[in-house]
Amino acid sequence: MALPNKPMGELKAVSNPAVEEMEVDILIVGGGMAACGTAFEIKKWTDKKVLLVDKAAMERSGAVAQGLSAINTYIGENSPDDYVRMVRNDLMGLVREDLIFDLGVHVDDSVHLFEEWGLPIWKKDEAGKNLDGKKGLSMGSLKKGAKPVRTGKWQIMINGESYKRVVAEAAKLALGEENILERVFIVELLLDAKEDNRIAGAVGFSVRENKVYIIKCNTMMVACGGAVNIYQPRSVGEGKGRAWYPVWNAGSTYTMCMKVGAELSMMENRFTPARFKDGYGPVGAWFLLFKAKTLNGLGENFAASDAAKAELQKFAPYGTAAVTPTCLRNHLMLFEMKAGRGPIIMDTVTALAELGKTMDKKELKHLESEAWEDFLDMTCGQANLWCATDTEPEKKNSEVMPTEPYLLGSHSGCCGMWVSGPDLDWVPASYKWGDGGKVYNRMTTVKGLFTSGDGVGCSGHKFSSGSHAEGRLCAKSMVQWVRDHADFKPTIAQGADELVDMVYRPVRLYNENSQYTTAQDINPNYIKPAGMALRLMKATNEYGAGTATYYQTSTKSLEIIMEMLQVMREDCKKLGAGDLHELMRAWEIYHRIWTVEAHLRHIQFRKETRYPGFYYQADYPGQDDANWFCFVNSKYDPKAGKWDVFKKDYIKIIP
Amino acid sequence: MPSFVITEKCDGCKGGEKTACMYICPNDLMVLDPNAMKAYNQEPDQCWECFSCVKICPTQAIEVRGYSDFVPLGSSIMPMMGTEDVMWTCKFRNGTIKRFKFPIRTTAEGTANAYKDLKGKDLDSNLLSTEEVDGLKYPAPKEIAK
Ligand SMILES: Cc1cc2nc3c(=O)[nH]c(=O)nc-3n(C[C@H](O)[C@H](O)[C@H](O)COP(=O)(O)OP(=O)(O)OC[C@H]3O[C@@H](n4cnc5c(N)ncnc54)[C@H](O)[C@@H]3O)c2cc1C
Ligand code: SF4
Ligand code: SF4
Repeated sequence: MALPNKPMGELKAVSNPAVEEMEVDILIVGGGMAACGTAFEIKKWTDKKVLLVDKAAMERSGAVAQGLSAINTYIGENSPDDYVRMVRNDLMGLVREDLIFDLGVHVDDSVHLFEEWGLPIWKKDEAGKNLDGKKGLSMGSLKKGAKPVRTGKWQIMINGESYKRVVAEAAKLALGEENILERVFIVELLLDAKEDNRIAGAVGFSVRENKVYIIKCNTMMVACGGAVNIYQPRSVGEGKGRAWYPVWNAGSTYTMCMKVGAELSMMENRFTPARFKDGYGPVGAWFLLFKAKTLNGLGENFAASDAAKAELQKFAPYGTAAVTPTCLRNHLMLFEMKAGRGPIIMDTVTALAELGKTMDKKELKHLESEAWEDFLDMTCGQANLWCATDTEPEKKNSEVMPTEPYLLGSHSGCCGMWVSGPDLDWVPASYKWGDGGKVYNRMTTVKGLFTSGDGVGCSGHKFSSGSHAEGRLCAKSMVQWVRDHADFKPTIAQGADELVDMVYRPVRLYNENSQYTTAQDINPNYIKPAGMALRLMKATNEYGAGTATYYQTSTKSLEIIMEMLQVMREDCKKLGAGDLHELMRAWEIYHRIWTVEAHLRHIQFRKETRYPGFYYQADYPGQDDANWFCFVNSKYDPKAGKWDVFKKDYIKIIP
Repeated sequence: MPSFVITEKCDGCKGGEKTACMYICPNDLMVLDPNAMKAYNQEPDQCWECFSCVKICPTQAIEVRGYSDFVPLGSSIMPMMGTEDVMWTCKFRNGTIKRFKFPIRTTAEGTANAYKDLKGKDLDSNLLSTEEVDGLKYPAPKEIAK
């Protein structure tokens, strides 16, 4: 039991932190897959001063902290053209084909580096059998033409427990430890005081000591991942942390960039993946590698039924394509659940029995181990849930369930920033821009501000490997930028005191008021971030197409939640934080609220239901290609404090 | 499924400058109580059960207990990190024990080739540094839509 009026954590916050002002040429915000790509690449092109800032420790920060069991994007024997077609179909037709093609060209180079650095990649031997770990190396490297073990057309299997450690190791060695700041949370980006719409720096704070960082720069990349814990999770007690995407990515990428005026695109697109119920274990390998089927509560393979086919027909050509888009697979599942034919069961027993028919004992043992590795390498908790419920997948089936919504741009979703494509003649003029007549690949609409990974909109399905490659593309663009803007001197309008006051406001409010009541959590003068987080999640769940309404919202619901978000933003001025950890939570919830607002503004604007299965706008069911076969973009004007949401033309590049 | 620290096993990383679990947790959950010199999880309901702290603790003082709101008691999964493999012990509620060993990397820790000496040549091309070395030709789309 904490004593009354004692902050919870061990690292108390003081009202007057130290201030460190820095100036660098290139600033990298984030330390995940994308930022590690940038860190690896950048020194190959410049000797300028580079700084990377991560809120956690790069060795295990971001979405890949516990590892992964597959690399989901490896082009190999396929073509970038077909990669574009696959992504386009999965995302219901609306994507930036220039960005996706460009990613398809570069992604394999990152995968080849991962293998060289020590990531074990499975290989096929001459007899077509799978070799994992070091055994895979006996077939040579992927780069030299060895055959990976494909689960689908694009995915390859790995032993990925230490994936992030390996990738971060190379990134740190390449950039140099002295150019890395860990445990610093970036709060806001800063525009230049003299030049319009031009990035000039960022401000953040350490979660280890009472210190505020003000960092000026010439150019910057923000890659802080997607947004999680924005909707009420299915589990609301101790299990709140068990989200599928990493709980610690708080929408910082979107909020920080939009607040300086960067244009957003397709923020209405969200991801509500179907996962093993409660443990959120991945299902991809079960479908693709083990060829398992899902059954409804009546034991029927509903996805193969005539009713399902008729339903998919409504969403042609996407629904009738060889591979059903992710949202439509969810849609079919929800269709069953709503009709009372739930729950949905993954038939692991039959799948393993079928596979076992052609296998000897040793191979069977290996198969079992593969099933467990899939969880132990990337969703350990699911493995424990199987143990706790005495579930051996060869003997007992498991339930599958769609999760709460997440926002992301690198997995099977595509929300994010509207960025420039590469400077190539086949890229349409409206898809490339820059400054001074030059194009800067992956630059947002704010001069000098870049993003990658989950931050780039309209270009999903890059996954871990693609995010890394995209981070490397940004490295090159940023070096070009610095070369072309060598005379730039960043000027920040706000003084240090003003910035410290903004960053440490929750601490000051807490310290000034916490003695007023006998218990520090309940005080009329401030609200703790934990409370605000619950308020946001309750509102989104009920009005913003959360799980409570089977992902359905309506014009009226959206109107109501918009008002609630406005009040939440006002109340955020009264967030209180007694320790450094809580100060981070305060800023995270602030970032989440802005991100959610952008998401819902886009849903409000798009008067159709483009992604059934991910969300439904009840007043506009079904797709309306005549009016809505276009991107939805939005822009927040930092000076006027106003939003603008508008249509943007989609251009088909790949036939 | 929050992590927990076994009182007897935690030695506070011997009072070193930073404790391993606090260093690694991606969500900043692990902290050291400086009086007791023991670590604890300060916000269990924000634990992603990523096992990063469990894997890094030098005294194996950290384990994970299933989330009370949906995980029955009595099971455990526990990793043992080696330099090339991780060994998992999975204990079922009914007592069944399964062990799995998976490779984690094929090179020695710290030896990832960062190409420190590689310098890119053409900053204005569309090629990355290692692609330039390999002589990659940037392909155009096979066909452009009309
Ligand atoms: C459970 C799961 C399974 C997946 N499975 C696969 C798979 O099998 N194959 C595959 O290829 N991909 C998979 N992915 C996708 C892959 O992990 C992501 O595509 C990729 O990590 C995105 O990279 P990123 O750099 O954009 O974000 P991340 O890697 O998440 O990095 C975000 C970084 O930003 C930092 N950060 C956040 N906010 C701030 C802030 N305000 N200030 C400073 N730093 C901040 C974080 O600490 C972190 O370092 C999976 C992801 C998850 C969660
Ligand atoms: S890493 Fe282990 S020994 Fe070190 S402080 Fe944490 S729990 Fe204690
Ligand atoms: S399991 Fe992961 S999220 Fe939970 S305390 Fe350990 S390192 Fe942090």
